[in-house]
Amino acid sequence: MNVTTPDVAVVGGGPSGLTAAAGLAAAGLRVLVLDREREAGGVPRHSDHTGYGLRDLRTLMTGPAYARLLANRALEAGALVRTSAMVTGWAGERLLDVTTPEGRLRVDAGAVVLATGARERPRTARMVPGDRPPGVLTTGQLQNVVHLHHGRVGTRAVIVGAEPVSWSAVLTLREAGCRTVLMTTEHARPESYAAFSVPGRAALRVPVATATRVVRISGRDAVESVEVEDLRTGERRTVPCDTVVFTGGWIPDHELARAAGLAMDPGSRGPVVDNTLATSRPGVFAIGNLVHPVDTADVAALDGRHVVRHVQAYLAAGSPAASRTVDRSAARDFPYTARPSGSGTSPGTGTGGAHGDDESGNAGGRETGGTFADAIPLRAEAPFRWVFPGLVRPGAGAPPRRRILLWATEHRPIARVVVTQDGREIARRTLPWPVSPGRVFRVPSSLLSAADPRGGAITISLA
Amino acid sequence: MNPRVSRSGPLPDGTADVAVIGGGVVGAAVARELAGRESDGRPLSVVLVEARADVGDGTSKASTAILHTGFDATPGTLESRLVRRGYELLGEYAGRAGVPVERTGAVLVAWTAEELAALPGLAAKAAKNGYLECETLGAEEVYRLVPALGPGVLGGLTVPGEAIICPWTTTLAFSLDALARGAHVVLNARVKGVEHDAGEETLLLTSRGTLRARWVVNAAGLGSGAIDRLFGHERFTVTPRRGELLVFDKMARPLADRIVLPVPSSRGKGVLISPTIYGNVMLGPTAEDLRDHADTSTSEAGFAFLVDKGLALMPALLQEEVTASYAGLRAATEHGDYQVHLDAARRYLVLGGIRSTGLTSSMALAEHAAGLLAETGLVTSVRDDLPDPPRMPNIGEAFPRPYACDDLIGEDPAYGTVVCFCERVTAGEIRDALASPLPPADLDGLRRRTRAMMGRCQGFFCGAEIGERLAPLEEPR
Ligand SMILES: Cc1cc2nc3c(=O)[nH]c(=O)nc-3n(C[C@H](O)[C@H](O)[C@H](O)COP(=O)(O)OP(=O)(O)OC[C@H]3O[C@@H](n4cnc5c(N)ncnc54)[C@H](O)[C@@H]3O)c2cc1C
Ligand SMILES: Cc1cc2nc3c(=O)[nH]c(=O)nc-3n(C[C@H](O)[C@H](O)[C@H](O)COP(=O)(O)OP(=O)(O)OC[C@H]3O[C@@H](n4cnc5c(N)ncnc54)[C@H](O)[C@@H]3O)c2cc1C
Repeated sequence: MNVTTPDVAVVGGGPSGLTAAAGLAAAGLRVLVLDREREAGGVPRHSDHTGYGLRDLRTLMTGPAYARLLANRALEAGALVRTSAMVTGWAGERLLDVTTPEGRLRVDAGAVVLATGARERPRTARMVPGDRPPGVLTTGQLQNVVHLHHGRVGTRAVIVGAEPVSWSAVLTLREAGCRTVLMTTEHARPESYAAFSVPGRAALRVPVATATRVVRISGRDAVESVEVEDLRTGERRTVPCDTVVFTGGWIPDHELARAAGLAMDPGSRGPVVDNTLATSRPGVFAIGNLVHPVDTADVAALDGRHVVRHVQAYLAAGSPAASRTVDRSAARDFPYTARPSGSGTSPGTGTGGAHGDDESGNAGGRETGGTFADAIPLRAEAPFRWVFPGLVRPGAGAPPRRRILLWATEHRPIARVVVTQDGREIARRTLPWPVSPGRVFRVPSSLLSAADPRGGAITISLA
Repeated sequence: MNPRVSRSGPLPDGTADVAVIGGGVVGAAVARELAGRESDGRPLSVVLVEARADVGDGTSKASTAILHTGFDATPGTLESRLVRRGYELLGEYAGRAGVPVERTGAVLVAWTAEELAALPGLAAKAAKNGYLECETLGAEEVYRLVPALGPGVLGGLTVPGEAIICPWTTTLAFSLDALARGAHVVLNARVKGVEHDAGEETLLLTSRGTLRARWVVNAAGLGSGAIDRLFGHERFTVTPRRGELLVFDKMARPLADRIVLPVPSSRGKGVLISPTIYGNVMLGPTAEDLRDHADTSTSEAGFAFLVDKGLALMPALLQEEVTASYAGLRAATEHGDYQVHLDAARRYLVLGGIRSTGLTSSMALAEHAAGLLAETGLVTSVRDDLPDPPRMPNIGEAFPRPYACDDLIGEDPAYGTVVCFCERVTAGEIRDALASPLPPADLDGLRRRTRAMMGRCQGFFCGAEIGERLAPLEEPR
């Protein structure tokens, strides 16, 4: 088996991984990006509509153009990008097993950045009963079929979900000559109502059934209909169609993270990271939709930019014990005094000893950023399902874009955010945007600046 | 495709010695067995007739896939004898043909006083069935074996011989073996009528035309009762007994590295938790009598029942994602035993009502069938020029698969090109399946041969790519 020894291995060449690779390579590190697809670029490769690049590149472009641009930037910066290269598992702490058409490869990396993205939950994971004909797919598959393989779909579709990605599915279906006869959402209002009310209602003319769930798919050889239930009245009706698209319902592609035994967040189902995007295993970082399923591509990409200096610092320190950084400029927003060593609260979902307390023991120095293990757990209360990052490491600077990301399960027109620590309120602010399910809710990390770096868990909730 | 396999076009002409109706695991095993026999120094000519476009597309694709020891069969029945014999035969054949088997063992778990009290009786019954390895366990020992079990275990009984097997590869191996021995496989041919001419021949009127055979073996599973009536008998009625199953993500596999069986009790037959040969964990099956012989849909009630049971049995399992759900129909009858009857006058043999153990007993049923036909004089001896069993591509998780084999990839880069990521299926395996003597007819057939697209993403990543690779099959066949 061939062995290669890059400074950094980036697993996943989507927007986040490619952006991280470009930054790390530009900093003079030897970077190897591994992506299992034939081409790098991640999900945007097949998302053939505009809407990419706003926050990271300050311009708007289509998904495929965005994917190509990021791939080229990584290459130009000097990163090696290997495609058709699937990471199948771990042979050591930062040792990866990879399958490629040229043979098996072992990657012995100084640091590993996981950027494996997220996928939509398919019908099976949502446990929708009935017959199992073809013609039932996810947006990802739909867009692959239509944009990359120029294949056919049916003529009458029902879309499950009304998130931004669901409208992306409507557009793709329309392009493929398939009419969306109904969109369903279990929520009381469409998740992306504001963003899509105009195109949705007027241009696309798609009826949206709110508070509705699909309870059965019928048709033995091909889809004939779905049965939907009105959650308010319990009434059921049959909607004839030949295609069903399950949209949203994100779950990270977390297989490698779990195989490594990383501490996991039960809410997002991605690995727990702190504000430096470090996971519970020293030298292993996680970025993009793997850790916040899902936000837009530019936000994922900016995780990639953010992680660069933390990976650099980890490698510069030369030992796994020294995974710490201070970023005075960014630290403004955050509790910036390091926690005294040894007083570490275990991280959110605590897998016990999985992430060396031995290292936190000698983390010591007040100027350092402490370690993953002595970070403060960040929690979110209902209606939030998860919060990113799950840990706040005092003294290590702000999280990417100085934003805390949360995922809500219910709509709230007015967002009165309350932050508490050890039962004490440390901040309260009404944000000018609503809380909507199906999309990320963003909170400025400055709301945590009054947190006590020696204190316990910080909780974000709505008043 | 082997020239003796057909999905359309003219049927093989001439008169076969034996037509086997039904290309499930039982029919395929029978075709393989009989194609290996002689009649007066001449190999028997055998044709396997299947209504669907592929073999193994009926009940045989949707079982819990346990290679049973037969410990809990009703002593003295034909089923008890054939399950025990089939366990040995198939276990041995699997090794030769490369059908994946994992000897995981099982433990029956008692949750109530009644179930606990039933354990010694079950051990005694096992002994009557010739199975002597069962051992009773205290609750602590049960938790040591399966730490993820929910609270409330009172005790258990081990059945170390229970194993898991790949049901898809089994049926395919039998079919390929039958082909290699000279049999014909006629697909898309539903038998709708039977005519007897004055002489030695039976005419099978199929959806593709008429087939002639001297003898007919009915292994039509859910259709076995209807075929039996075509031969003039009123012996049994098949009632489809639906069994729904949930398959959990591979991440769940460490929770269940052996089979967890329920203890039958007055609460009814519980559900089992089993590792699958593909590295997942399954929960089920339900048991519900239906009317429709083709209704393999899943139901809300079935799911709710399974979730409820699963939460009590193994709460951690329900934290994992469901990657598949399906339903299989057992061919239940009003009788307690297999319906095996020979009608020498009409040169007809039925192997019907093979309800819930047919995967295990398949080879023994085939051997039994050959024995019965020997008594009629049709079969006289075993051929001595038999080809080796086919070497099946491994799709079991516990054995090396191409993506992990450096030497294979070195010889052919297609085995290093992963196409279905979740299941790690390579371009080479898909190509081989499409080029095999008995290629798939559709995506589901490809899935049964390679595992392509049966994983957690269900095609989010690879669905389009696999669809394209399957495109040649879309052409009219
Ligand atoms: C239909 C749809 C429409 C969208 N529309 C927009 C939009 O208009 N604007 C916008 O900003 N965002 C949009 N998004 C969201 C955007 O695509 C994602 O936010 C972005 O792709 C996330 O980037 P990522 O790098 O985290 O992950 P991904 O893009 O998912 O990339 C992950 C990469 O990791 C690779 N990988 C995973 N596991 C392995 C492994 N084991 N070995 C090797 N490689 C591996 C994958 O092949 C993939 O290339 C859309 C998403 C979808 C599904
Ligand atoms: C939920 C469930 C769990 C099970 N678990 C196990 C287990 O763990 N272990 C075990 O050993 N067994 C198990 N079984 C039982 C086992 O799956 C069956 O006994 C076995 O598959 C029966 O095989 P068969 O060939 O008789 O039937 P089938 O697989 O149904 O094959 C019959 C074939 O005949 C064809 N056919 C029907 N009518 C006609 C016609 N008129 N003309 C032409 N072709 C026709 C059908 O298309 C079908 O392909 C289980 C069954 C179920 C449903």
